[in-house]
Amino acid sequence: MSLSFLERGLLLLVMLIFLEGTVLTLGAASSPDISAQDNTGGGHDRRDDHRGIAGSHEQTNYTYTKKAFPVLSLDYHHIQVPFEISLWVLLASLMKLGFHLIPRLSGIVPESCLLIVVGLLVGGLIKLAGEEVPPVLDSNLFFLCLLPPIILDAGYFLPIRPFMENIGTILMFAVVGTLWNAFFVGGLLYAVCQIEGTYLSQVELLPCLLFGSIISAVDPVAVLAVFEEIHINELLHILVFGESLLNDAVTVVLYHLFEEYSGAGEVTPMDVVLGVICFLIVSLGGIAVGAIYGILAAFTSRFTSHTRVIEPLFVFVYSYMAYLSAEMFHLSGIMALIACGAVMRPYVEANISHKSHTTVKYFLKMWSSVSETLIFIFLGVATVAGPHAWNWTFVSVTVILCLVSRVIGVVGLTFIINKFRIVKLTTKDQFIVAYGGLRGAIAFSLGYLLNKDHFPMRTMFLTAIITEIFFTVFVQGMTIKPLVDLLAVKKKQEAKRSINEEIHTQFLDHLLTGIEDICGHYGHHHWKDKLNRFNKKYIKKCLIAGERYKEPQLIAFYHKMEFKQAIELVESGGGVKLPSAMPSQVSMQNIQPKKLPPAVAERALPQFTKGREEEIRKILRSNLQKTRQRLRSYNRHTLVADPFEDGWNDFLLKKQRMIELEKKMSNYLTVPAAPPDSPTMCRARLASDPNAFYNIKASSEGVPTIQVDLASPQSPDSVNMLNEFSKRGAKDQGLGQREVATRDEDQGLMMKPSSAGKEEKGEEEGGNKNPGLMRCLSDPGPSNEDEEDEPFLP
Amino acid sequence: MGALQSLSDEPEYRELAEKTGFSFEQIGILHKRFKQLSHNEDMLRRADLDTIPDLACNPIRTQIIEAFFDKRNFHQNGDGTVEEISFEEFLVVMSHFRPPALNMTEEQREKVRREKLRFLFNMHDTDNDGTITLEEYRHVVEELLSRSGALGKETAKGIADAAMLEVASISMGHMEPDEFYEGITFEHFLKILKDIEIETKMNIRFLNMDTTTLCNRDSSSIR
Repeated sequence: MSLSFLERGLLLLVMLIFLEGTVLTLGAASSPDISAQDNTGGGHDRRDDHRGIAGSHEQTNYTYTKKAFPVLSLDYHHIQVPFEISLWVLLASLMKLGFHLIPRLSGIVPESCLLIVVGLLVGGLIKLAGEEVPPVLDSNLFFLCLLPPIILDAGYFLPIRPFMENIGTILMFAVVGTLWNAFFVGGLLYAVCQIEGTYLSQVELLPCLLFGSIISAVDPVAVLAVFEEIHINELLHILVFGESLLNDAVTVVLYHLFEEYSGAGEVTPMDVVLGVICFLIVSLGGIAVGAIYGILAAFTSRFTSHTRVIEPLFVFVYSYMAYLSAEMFHLSGIMALIACGAVMRPYVEANISHKSHTTVKYFLKMWSSVSETLIFIFLGVATVAGPHAWNWTFVSVTVILCLVSRVIGVVGLTFIINKFRIVKLTTKDQFIVAYGGLRGAIAFSLGYLLNKDHFPMRTMFLTAIITEIFFTVFVQGMTIKPLVDLLAVKKKQEAKRSINEEIHTQFLDHLLTGIEDICGHYGHHHWKDKLNRFNKKYIKKCLIAGERYKEPQLIAFYHKMEFKQAIELVESGGGVKLPSAMPSQVSMQNIQPKKLPPAVAERALPQFTKGREEEIRKILRSNLQKTRQRLRSYNRHTLVADPFEDGWNDFLLKKQRMIELEKKMSNYLTVPAAPPDSPTMCRARLASDPNAFYNIKASSEGVPTIQVDLASPQSPDSVNMLNEFSKRGAKDQGLGQREVATRDEDQGLMMKPSSAGKEEKGEEEGGNKNPGLMRCLSDPGPSNEDEEDEPFLP
Repeated sequence: MGALQSLSDEPEYRELAEKTGFSFEQIGILHKRFKQLSHNEDMLRRADLDTIPDLACNPIRTQIIEAFFDKRNFHQNGDGTVEEISFEEFLVVMSHFRPPALNMTEEQREKVRREKLRFLFNMHDTDNDGTITLEEYRHVVEELLSRSGALGKETAKGIADAAMLEVASISMGHMEPDEFYEGITFEHFLKILKDIEIETKMNIRFLNMDTTTLCNRDSSSIR
């Protein structure tokens, strides 16, 4: 996006002004004095019963004196709370926008740092304005509202395969690593506190250990925020990220254990045993709760085929309830959320429509993004607000100890883990894992929760926690990217999965299972295979609607890919030229053995008579014209776009993309079937080359078959391919991506002339033949049915 | 009885260890398994492998079993298939699944990758002409989907064709309409699968550790 300098400057100015206004309002609004007395309207009696003693006074002293009717009145506190929340969210989002307008900055400094700085600024401004800084990072707000979206997003899109392959390592780091960190930091801190000159001798052992356990947990929010920008390879990403998720159980148990017994002053071995049992219950219980809700969600989604619009809601609500239920029992809410998302995903995705899937994805990303931004801003504000008790020794020792313990922990654990791993972790990997152990807002909130009376040194703890967070986020967060480049750590591979890789991954799975069976060893692959078979046989039957549970993964993958390509193609403008214009394609006929054609031809050549063919072609042509004419009329949904209004640049860009897409498309044999008509598509269609309409007409005359196929039209094999995909046959014929496929949303394209078995009238309902498209088509799209009420064919 | 026999095989073990890279214990354990499968004979036959119950529900078991009797996997530049194999050949085939050592140079890694991919290639290229033709590839996909009934057959063809097209596009880039892509050669195969990092995936954990799952009564005597 190339905004001119002037535009950028203007936008920044607007945001700054807005920021200033926001800050003042927020600062002013949060002080309780102003709220209740806002009554400039006179005679305005509607008052919230909870606030405003003044209100009740007015009601009791109510005497009717006739004043002028209040035409306009201001009642701020009526909408105060939602207004403030919206202002914060808006501020967060505008900040996020702003950062990306300054290109070089977002490359050097990770977003989290910038957001904390903004928070500091906002807090500072509020303080300068003389108002009291609101305690925004309230623990309740944090744990119940801000954290769940981020964790759900992480859990729903967790890459299960790498996660499970490395689960042993992850668990080691999460459980043993966190325990080691907690005790090392806590213990050494206590030792330091006992040293004479530090004036800290009133800090006892248990509070120190409690502090250690709070600060030793790697924070998922911070890890996500920083690692997202460095694009590190999948293994390291999943190791650090998985660790940050799974250490929640340990943190919860340690926190509660030490908090409980800090009052008593000692922890007996019995308590330790109970603590271990508690840990098992917390983690396994959390996972169980999450799994139960996940299965419920999957089961519910089985029946939503008629009410597609509320499908995403089930995903969100069930997950949130899983989190809340786990929190109710003081189980690990994070693990419950992860388990819920991971368990329900394969089944829900098989059941819900394509649009719902997109909705779920984007809502989750949106919420988690806003949450993350808000968390960092609030951290900044809380830093300005909170009472601080700075103690050089304590703080610096904390920071140093955290680093040291992390490094020792990772190195030591890797040494043990490598004995059991096939793919060992190298020193570079260890360094990144150690360096990527960032602390974040969870530590702060846990510290905030501490009771002031039981822990008189709470403010000192908070200061130390904030310093540690700042250190990790700023120093480690900023330097990790150049270090990754310096050490030449393997980066994430951007390439999309190709069908060859998918085939071979599956092949490899079966091969390794087979070899394990031959060896007589019941290893990973054996159990994984058993689980898969169990899943397919019993679970999928219950949880997946219709016939889709029978669909093997490879086929599902293939359909998904084709579908994606089809949508891409249509959205790019659809003015794809036929490959005959481009000699440099490898098309189907290049790979088909030459001896095949005779057999193929007699089988696949359409059993049309000449006359029939002419008829069909005429029908197609007439409908082409009809569509064009229809689109010319003005309609809210189908604005006739001036092809030149989009600018010549976009035009060329689209052409370029189309060419690239075509190259990609030639890898796949089916013609993309167009999704139901959408405003985007119409506009795209018109915005592209207006002459392209004529191209289609011209080409269809030269082609013996009735379809615009990206494969070479002369090849009889392209027809053959269409035959194979009988489920798509009817859809694809004749119109390619240009014509809108569905008039009758339930049954897809209906071709009146039934020929060569390509017709699929009514077969769609039968089943799962083309589930991807089916789901898409059965969606209630934008209601532009009014212009398409004619059947496609007369 | 097994103990005495294995003691006398000591020098053989050393030779085998050098050839395949397994440790003595691993060879011992595999020898035990070999004897178990072949009912204490010296040679293993296809029928012996067929009797393994767990293998029955594997969709590609025929190919796996064939791989053991394929001379190309014996590293002796042989060709064709045999009817029965000895323990040495069994070990050589198994060695394809050994995990790579921790500190390997790039070339060694590349070598291991080539070896493993060669094994896979041989499994696909059943007529041993050095290329995987469309028919052979179709057969592979069909086998993979063989348990999904009639639905599989048609789609399998489509998937195989799409995959073949992809290989052709990536390897050849540009072909005239009348050119014909013979089949996937080993070099093309390497190219399309280079992102999978097969040396990290195609390993059996068993061969990494000394497990005690089978016949551990005698394992102490294998020294």
